Amino acid sequence: MSTTTEMRYVNAVTQALRDCMEQDLTVVVMGEDVANAGGSFKATRGLLDTFGPGRVIDTPISESAIASAAVGMALTGMKPVVEIMFMDFITLSMDALVNQAAKARYMFGGQGSVPMVLRTPHGGGLSAGPQHSQCLEAWLAHIPGLKVVCPSCPQDAYSLLRAAIADPDPVMFIEHKAMYANKGEVDTAKTARIGEARIARAGRDVTLVTYGATVNVCLKAADQLGKEGMEAEVVDLRSIQPWDKAAVLESLSRTHRAVVVHEAVQAFGVGAEIVATIADEGFDELDAPVLRVAAPFMPAPFASSLEKGYAVTVDRVMDAVRKTLA
Amino acid sequence: MKSSKKGTAQPERLTALYRTMSLIRQVETALTRLFANGEVPGFIHLSIGQEAVAAGVASALLPQDSLATTHRGHGHVLARGMDVGGFMKEIMGREGGLCKGRGGSMHVADLSLGILGANGIVGAGIPIALGSAMAHQARKTGGVAVAFFGDGAMAEGVLHETLNMASLWRCPLLLVCENNGWSEFSPTSSQFAAKLEQLAAAFGASYTRVDGNSVLAVADAAVQGAAQLREGNGPYVLECITTRVRGHFEGDAQKYRDANELESVHAHDPLTTARAELLAMGVDTAAIDQAICAQVEAAVEAARADALPTLERAIQDVYTQAMQETRA
Repeated sequence: MSTTTEMRYVNAVTQALRDCMEQDLTVVVMGEDVANAGGSFKATRGLLDTFGPGRVIDTPISESAIASAAVGMALTGMKPVVEIMFMDFITLSMDALVNQAAKARYMFGGQGSVPMVLRTPHGGGLSAGPQHSQCLEAWLAHIPGLKVVCPSCPQDAYSLLRAAIADPDPVMFIEHKAMYANKGEVDTAKTARIGEARIARAGRDVTLVTYGATVNVCLKAADQLGKEGMEAEVVDLRSIQPWDKAAVLESLSRTHRAVVVHEAVQAFGVGAEIVATIADEGFDELDAPVLRVAAPFMPAPFASSLEKGYAVTVDRVMDAVRKTLA
Repeated sequence: MKSSKKGTAQPERLTALYRTMSLIRQVETALTRLFANGEVPGFIHLSIGQEAVAAGVASALLPQDSLATTHRGHGHVLARGMDVGGFMKEIMGREGGLCKGRGGSMHVADLSLGILGANGIVGAGIPIALGSAMAHQARKTGGVAVAFFGDGAMAEGVLHETLNMASLWRCPLLLVCENNGWSEFSPTSSQFAAKLEQLAAAFGASYTRVDGNSVLAVADAAVQGAAQLREGNGPYVLECITTRVRGHFEGDAQKYRDANELESVHAHDPLTTARAELLAMGVDTAAIDQAICAQVEAAVEAARADALPTLERAIQDVYTQAMQETRA
């Protein structure tokens, strides 16, 4: 029997949760409206019917205590998967993530670990405004003890979520609310390793390093550039902490040019770490300065016209590539 | 005061509770000297005067139970049975410490005893204990989770969030408030507008207030609370009125406290009270104290002799599988 089917990104998330819950009785799903309502973006739809209210838990609107309770559950033999409805709301969960989940293993001298997953959607494109559109992954990647993954397609949403739930350490699983409806082939037998990048498109002239929704932007830009005779390689990081430095440097050693692309604000972002590492360890490979394409230093806007100007677009990526190849 | 647990001879029970209190007192008294000598890195928060709460609550716990405590948590972990040698090495920042010197006083933990850690963030242990109680419920361990917190934590939002969730789901969560009247350097009367009793009532949680300097009163209330929790009628709030003898942190001159109040703290000493009660029962505590004194001294000497941790090894504990590369 084939294990491959076409599914939407959101259904790949649900399928991964379902498969993990079937295999491991200690996996529980909890969050605001995840049970009866099936989740704000329907990522947990149907799980309540199958697994019951003991394992699919509707919580009050208490992001701080939900995330902290997950730490306590994880330290007491469970594997909680918490949903925080919008990534912006993790601001209310930060003590649990930064001071508790991330540090417990270290502070306790490696006595145990905190096998929890926090799922949350980031990103704009829905005119959701400044408090429902942010990409805050760099905050989390800055904290020793946390792992941060960000899948760009249904296959990775499935395989990486399974890897995240199986992981003994706290994993921040960052989805993209504008990608939930995207369709793709998902092979449920396919596994993924956290920390391993994927070459989403091969090319010899420039390396585009990206993750999440901007992978698709970069792929479109690469196709257009191909028509102009410029072959861009697209590296989908998939995981931000740890990130696949070797894959990026290896691609750079073939292309000698790089552009780092992400939806989050450019200043002090994930791209800054990647560019700094390239400057440190890939300097001799470079034939041109490394450029970044990311959001301007301002809150994510609401009005459609503003959001269009704010977003990372195919044109902006193409401009950066042309500049680096000039 | 309510009657004590059936079937246990009163002198034996009180002797056991006294032994725990004496251990806590002597460990922390030793720490005051070690701290003054510069042998304890960082800062420590002592629970001298509050030992009855730790001993009484711990006496009600079973092996499957768990607890999360605070920055002032030495008593709770020792009462739960933490190894004194491993504890002392940890507080003194040694590789042989229970947490290999990675956490120290504010993060000491022993997961094998269900001790989910002291905590450097006020109130943070409360929702962690909630999660632990949820896990006991889900796994049907029959266990109870205890959240120790100080009165200063009543102003933290997570207490309110936790009371709500624990009451909604009737979690086996014992919320033990050590009310010593001080929120760090400020009187709690100036910090919190309500009473814990009102807060518990608002969420429909059971509530009991006891003299937190009477170890039998605490033990009786904790036994009753734990029994109620094991029957599925959680949560249970136990407020223990107690006395902070030392400063917020060791070395705090406590200039903000009234001289008369400071002088009166010793009048409430739970060890003095228990010692008098035991003497009336014909039990002499001197031998107990002496044996514990030797145990504590040995633990201090062993800690002094133990190796200091190295960064190369410490960095391996950040993740379960250490990252391939760590750059300075």
